[in-house]
Amino acid sequence: MSDTHAHSIAFVRDTEIPPSPPPAGETGAVKWLRENLFSNAVNSALTIASLLVIYILLSKTLPWLLNGVWTTNSLAECREVLQGKTGACFSVLTERWNQLLYGFKYPSDQYWRPNLALVLLLFAIAPVLFFDLPRKLLAFTAIYPFLAFWLIWGGTILAPIVALVGFAAGAFVFQTYGKSSFAVGFFGAIAAAFAVWIIGGMLIPDGASDNAMLQAVPSRDLGGFMLNLMLGVTCVSLSLPLGIALALGRQSDMPLIKWMCVVFIEFVRGVPLITLLFVASVMLAYFFPPESTVDLFLRVVIMITMFSAAYIAEVIRGGLAALPKGQYEAADSLGLDYPQAMRLIILPQALKISIPGIVNVAVGLFKDTTLVSVISMFDLVGMIRGPILASTEWNGVYWELLGFAALLFFVVCYGISQYSQWLERRLATDHR
Amino acid sequence: MKKSVILGAMTFAGLAAGAASAGTLDDVKARGKLNCGVTTGLVGFAAPNANGEWEGFDVAVCRAVAAAVLGDSNAVEFVPTTGKTRFTALASGEIDMLARNTTWTFSRDVDLKFEFVGVNYYDGQGFMVPKELGVSSAKELDGATVCIQTGTTTELNLADFFRSNNISYEPVPIETNAEAQQQYLAGACDVYTTDASGLAATRATFDDPAGHVILPEIISKEPLGPLVRHGDHEWGDVVRWSLMALIAAEELGITSANLGEMAAGTENPEINRLLGSEGTLGEMLGLSADWAKNAIASQGNYGEIFAKNIGEDTPVGLARGLNAQWTEGGLLYAPPFR
Repeated sequence: MSDTHAHSIAFVRDTEIPPSPPPAGETGAVKWLRENLFSNAVNSALTIASLLVIYILLSKTLPWLLNGVWTTNSLAECREVLQGKTGACFSVLTERWNQLLYGFKYPSDQYWRPNLALVLLLFAIAPVLFFDLPRKLLAFTAIYPFLAFWLIWGGTILAPIVALVGFAAGAFVFQTYGKSSFAVGFFGAIAAAFAVWIIGGMLIPDGASDNAMLQAVPSRDLGGFMLNLMLGVTCVSLSLPLGIALALGRQSDMPLIKWMCVVFIEFVRGVPLITLLFVASVMLAYFFPPESTVDLFLRVVIMITMFSAAYIAEVIRGGLAALPKGQYEAADSLGLDYPQAMRLIILPQALKISIPGIVNVAVGLFKDTTLVSVISMFDLVGMIRGPILASTEWNGVYWELLGFAALLFFVVCYGISQYSQWLERRLATDHR
Repeated sequence: MKKSVILGAMTFAGLAAGAASAGTLDDVKARGKLNCGVTTGLVGFAAPNANGEWEGFDVAVCRAVAAAVLGDSNAVEFVPTTGKTRFTALASGEIDMLARNTTWTFSRDVDLKFEFVGVNYYDGQGFMVPKELGVSSAKELDGATVCIQTGTTTELNLADFFRSNNISYEPVPIETNAEAQQQYLAGACDVYTTDASGLAATRATFDDPAGHVILPEIISKEPLGPLVRHGDHEWGDVVRWSLMALIAAEELGITSANLGEMAAGTENPEINRLLGSEGTLGEMLGLSADWAKNAIASQGNYGEIFAKNIGEDTPVGLARGLNAQWTEGGLLYAPPFR
């Protein structure tokens, strides 16, 4: 039988045919181009138009960028080197580099202090941003504000220590008495903190800052991108807790608290930031006699914080409103009291919903710090518009300076945005 | 401790203490530093250099006053002010004097309760046009497009000038000097008008300054000078006569080079009175006898300051013009020192 079988089948293939390559139009770059860029007439036309635009842009900017001059000492020298050719005068960035970053009055032999503060900031902020890191690192985060204050402003180390001890005393009082009665703990903590500050302030000798380990730098001498970063970081980190408190206060059943929060939020949101800054810099000076005003930096921080806290409060209120009522009732049915319910059930969900909005406010706030240039503080933009463009060497250089400022701000804002997207992915618990 | 941010709130406690202040002169002496308001940056008039030291024509006035009062031209805390914050800074006592190219006008002097102590620069509104336009007088500008900063007195002056000469123009409103520069160079307007010193400073930054001319007509008066608060006449006198000492020094031929020689005593009694080797002028002001000598030593006389910061050899390149001594056809005229 086997014979018949062998004869009935003329050929049996016992190895696979080697695969032939796909048609040229269906593979690699060509396929991608055809599918994505030239799939139909309109698409092709748009592609060609876009390429044209990109070409025009690059043909104008690339010579300007690549032909840039980095080593001259003034715009006139720059033009001499370029001999009429297109080219950027990046020398202004190299010559005024320190002024752009630190302002023009920060003592130049002390630049390591803000630099160190920035590096430490990364360590301090890491456990807050990435909560997979060990919780013990938060201890450093708690110390960091006082450390950074001492590094940047210098002067006697006693001042930040007294401030830290005051906060610690407040926290201790709250821990001890807050369990039995929230109000006693809360107001007791405030009283304890102020008691420590006032007594500590008296104990610090008058000339303590004169021969301190770190030379004291007054707030007026801060400037450049350092000032933007300091304002941005301080105000974002202060306005977030304040915003949460305001949002919760607005939802409160207690009429006094509710209306105080409503009035605060609506008033501050209804006023332009620049007005608040003018009040901080100009009007307050009328209320205090000379020599006894509150530090200008502190005034600005308070105003920007108030402003962004009002916005963040409204963003979080949106998050709270998005939670179904069942969540609140579930918390109640478990027997949780108000702080527990908020901390364990409501806020984690509401804040997660609010992340994009909060980040939006944070990015906006960071860019708004450039508004302080209007009240004659020399932040990055203030440095550019004031001292640098008004110097006889560099008057007339616009693109290079403002482009550099834009680049710095873009890097930071893009970083914030990327972090928020990571955070959203990390916190995603739904199944989409 | 006052400088500490966190404990800054505690200085509330000290509120009542500092309220009653003596005269500004005593305050400055007690502080050991002069708080002087300047602009946040204007080419040639005030700007910090690459080392962060303030220099410029207005800055020199601050330094001269500090030298006269405290004997040290570096004992100045420069407080940068914007056009919007300058008057409140002065009125609130944050600064002792303002030297910020501020035009002396009736309402600022009378209504805002300030006292202009003199004029350190006579400015006026002018026009700049590209040379290729072939215009030699502002009266030939019929039908021109004019770049003009909005909300300034220059806008009103311009309208008056064109109406009184019965010619027409088309305004191109712009916000800042930087924007004006770009618009003008891009050809969005034929003419750019602002203060003549500003025009010169702007032109100095052009790729091709020789391709642009500043027309001879000056259509407004802009006397710029330092000012102090109303009511403190002793301090006003100190600032006024410090400025006058600089102007008189040029007239009398006192320069930073021959100052030491002159101060030892000369044949000219006015020089002797000014420099303190004769008479008691310093004592009358409540200053030391060598107050004027210190003021002049800080930056030189008026002419030297002018030449160094905004004169013809600098990029700003301003001619003396109205700012020459009265003996040379200008308006500078210091009252006699006696």
